[in-house]
Amino acid sequence: MQTTASKKSDSKPGKLGREVQARLGQQLRAMYDDVVSQGVPDRFADLLNRLEGNGNKDKH
Amino acid sequence: MPMDESVRKAVLAAVPSLRAFAISLCGNVDRADDLVQETMLRALANIDSFQPGTNMSAWLFTILRNHFRSEYRKRRREVEDTDGHYADSLKTQPEQLGQVEFREFKEALSRLPADQREALILVGASGFSYEEAANICGCAVGTIKSRVNRARTRLAELLQIDGIDDFGPDEQTRAVLAGGGE
Repeated sequence: MQTTASKKSDSKPGKLGREVQARLGQQLRAMYDDVVSQGVPDRFADLLNRLEGNGNKDKH
Repeated sequence: MPMDESVRKAVLAAVPSLRAFAISLCGNVDRADDLVQETMLRALANIDSFQPGTNMSAWLFTILRNHFRSEYRKRRREVEDTDGHYADSLKTQPEQLGQVEFREFKEALSRLPADQREALILVGASGFSYEEAANICGCAVGTIKSRVNRARTRLAELLQIDGIDDFGPDEQTRAVLAGGGE
């Protein structure tokens, strides 16, 4: 199986090749976005509701 | 405390990325959620110091980061046991990545110096510009750029990669990447 990535002319010695940077970036975002995709846990919406409730107890 | 609806929305909208950032800082989901909650309380108590029209998300990240630095960093050795905790926070392994490769990546990330890790996350994952990241971290733009570069280089060293062919800890992962990446 042939891969072409290692032959790119922009992979200078001592500097990360574009493919490597792209791959690192992809992994970083995959990890981060997995947490982001969990959305807003109830405790945080509840917290805001409680804070508002303190100043406005008879809402609805 | 009556709350402006736009403030409420902006704060809630920032919560998912604040959590992701907090987990990357302290390496522990429960502590990260406490950190996010404390950030929200501080932000709302100081909402008058927020300048309308500026980036609410960046403001919240700054509060979270400073709070983490002041409260949590003294317990650094205890807090920074990142291994495994990020994994706990993940519902699923991202499918396109080999599991071994992904685990090794997280371990390598946890071994970066905190300054470098936070710069890399802000720029590479949170999507902030170098300037915004510099504001959040209270340092010069050039410092952020250099931290990000060193973080990438160090990650590549830890993962022992100098080309995409070398990415991945074993033949099998490499084969999967070569087959699935194009």
